[in-house]
Amino acid sequence: MAKLIKNGKVVDDNWQVLPADATEVPAGPVIVPLALWKSAAAELADRGELGVWLAPDEDPAEIAPALSGLDVVAVAFPKFADGRGYSTAALLRTRYGYQGELRAIGDVLRDQFFYLTRCGFDALQPQEARYTSEQLEAALASLGDFSEPYQGAVDRAEPVWRRHARGGVPA
Amino acid sequence: MYRYDAFDQRIVDERVAQFSDQTNRYLAGELNEDEYRPLRLQNGLYIQKQAPMLRVAVPYGLMSADQLRRIARLARDYDKGYVHFSTRQNIQFNWPALENVPKILAELAEVEMHAIQTSGNCIRNFTSDPYAGVAGDEAIDPRPWAEILRQWATFHPEFAYLPRKFKMAVNGAAEDRAVILCHDIGLDLVRNEAGETGFRVLVGGGLGRTPIIGKEISAFVPWQDIITYCEAILRVYNRFGRRDNMYKARIKILVQSLGIEAFREQVEAEWAHSRGGPSTLTEAEVARVSGHFVDPSYAALPAEDAGHRQALADNKAFAAWAKRNVRAHKQPGYASVVLSLKKTGVAPGDISSDQLDLVADWADRFSFGEVRSTHEQNLVLADVRQSDLFAVWQAARDAGLATPNIGLLTDMICCPGGDFCNLANAKSIPVAEAIQQRFDDLDYLHDIGDIEINISGCMNACGHHHVGHIGILGVDKNGQEWYQVTIGGAQGNTASLGKVIGPSFARAEMPDVIARIIEIYIEERHADERFIDTARRIGIEPFKTRVYADREVKKKVVNG
Ligand code: HEM
Ligand code: SF4
Repeated sequence: MAKLIKNGKVVDDNWQVLPADATEVPAGPVIVPLALWKSAAAELADRGELGVWLAPDEDPAEIAPALSGLDVVAVAFPKFADGRGYSTAALLRTRYGYQGELRAIGDVLRDQFFYLTRCGFDALQPQEARYTSEQLEAALASLGDFSEPYQGAVDRAEPVWRRHARGGVPA
Repeated sequence: MYRYDAFDQRIVDERVAQFSDQTNRYLAGELNEDEYRPLRLQNGLYIQKQAPMLRVAVPYGLMSADQLRRIARLARDYDKGYVHFSTRQNIQFNWPALENVPKILAELAEVEMHAIQTSGNCIRNFTSDPYAGVAGDEAIDPRPWAEILRQWATFHPEFAYLPRKFKMAVNGAAEDRAVILCHDIGLDLVRNEAGETGFRVLVGGGLGRTPIIGKEISAFVPWQDIITYCEAILRVYNRFGRRDNMYKARIKILVQSLGIEAFREQVEAEWAHSRGGPSTLTEAEVARVSGHFVDPSYAALPAEDAGHRQALADNKAFAAWAKRNVRAHKQPGYASVVLSLKKTGVAPGDISSDQLDLVADWADRFSFGEVRSTHEQNLVLADVRQSDLFAVWQAARDAGLATPNIGLLTDMICCPGGDFCNLANAKSIPVAEAIQQRFDDLDYLHDIGDIEINISGCMNACGHHHVGHIGILGVDKNGQEWYQVTIGGAQGNTASLGKVIGPSFARAEMPDVIARIIEIYIEERHADERFIDTARRIGIEPFKTRVYADREVKKKVVNG
């Protein structure tokens, strides 16, 4: 079964992510591409266990009105170096108030885990073949790379100088 | 200067641990080349022709004497005993071994230094005015603001994988000495009618392949809002900047294609959501950081030191140096000294470990233990008593750091070029050297006066050739190295891009070309008119005519 890092732990995952060109929605928990979600809105309306995924150039505003009915929103990183998904996530969490599972999918690597969680992802799903299970367990360490980041973001909205009394000029 | 508290120190220490682990995983084959590249770049590590190159951050150009000593030691222990100062005030090691880089970073962290975000598609190190805090024309000290923004930008989770690199600069004086018009975001500290502090914000400047002068996006952003405002700009850029073509990926291209009006609207719409949020700056935080930048304990001195005046009268060489390399200071009896890293025969911006140690000692003895680096690739002792200038000069002269050429023709900005850089079309250091050799007559140099020659080895424009009064650009013609010349560029408040004068030249021709251009200037200038003013007044035609006519004559002679 596929693995997922959810809230800092490796767990089994039974969701199926449909490819961008999918036209049929199979049974079971599925994460559908935005285009399919838009075209099959009526059919998907009262189905349980539904998620939508967004490509880097897709605007989260498109799903904003429906967010409360979604169990998962996934943001795709076709290449890890394409950083648009970080802004997508931040918008979903702050502007559109999404509280459910926010999952990074695609070229998701441990060296970006820290930034991804700061932008609001609570679920991280590296490609299946990328890490062995030992490596995936070891990768959890990257979630804690920095203990007190400077700036505010989704996870800690306040910058460090609001969170703590900071030192002045050393004597 | 800013000293770390426990939070700052922990962040750089954790960064060293993170990068050591990443490098180990890379060397063990767990991270592939493509995955490791952005990680090493965001730690300042390029892989270049001969070896990796490590760029160390010097936030807004400020260093302590102890930091310089550490750089000197690292250059001895891990490199060839010298380093290079870049046009963005940073330090580059040219020959470190990859496996030593985590160790170098650990030793830098011990003296509150790092290489964070000195490269890569992220917010880069902040640059500013090298005379911050001591210049007479300063309205607002930019250093606390640069430090506050440096911290904000460090490991910003949303903006670590931008379409392209993102450079910011802050200026607080009447004269722009931070090149804010050529930055992705340029910040100009200003006061509004009510006397409140804020920022005039420029966006979309940059050189490179498509040189563009930055445009004003806001005339006044209150200081409290500067972080949320910059975040709004960056979010629009991160979402909509081009990612399909790396040559069109800088924010300047987005601003140009949308137009500044439409871009401003998007930013304002974004900002409307975040303005006033938790990232809004507080008096307390600004006061905390500003507390690190109070004036040192200056002595009460007469405005002019009699001994210094006498020394100027008695010693012609000292006077020539003082004329070019000493700058007025806001504090009576003090001056700022520029140590020239432009000695003929030394690559512009290079300095040896032994010299660095000496500069550190002078900083301790004469300048409150601080040193600054400049965009023009020189070093500054900002707070020297006039009565100490003679001693500083003697010491600097003996160390080869007192070439009296600041702002003169031989004080060139020059990129590493073909000697070090993979992307180069042509070498640049030997061109600089040949020109310096040609202009070896100090009296003539002083007569020519203020002029800036900038050299880049390719259109990436690391040497800022577009904004040189004379710009030199290395180009490739059928696999050979040629040089294109522009005239009339300028940085500062009246920044402009130079115009190409015509077909490019072979390297051997370059000293002659520059000599012809200077002759025209000497003939045409009005009394006390600087080169750039003459060039703007008469245009490129007269220069062009002379240079190419001269070239025809030479060709005929050669062809007999
Ligand atoms: C030898 C290794 C170097 C490489 C491979 C390199 C590469 C590049 C590239 C590709 C660009 C253009 C990026 C773009 O426009 O998007 C660039 C710009 C720049 N580089 Fe370098 N560079 C090197 C060294 C340096 C050095 C030593 C300096 C300082 C003297 C420097 C200063 C700059 C500056 C200031 C720019 C920005 C120009 C602008 O405003 O667009 N670089 N560099
Ligand atoms: S201008 Fe070109 S040759 Fe010079 S350092 Fe930059 S990339 Fe290299």
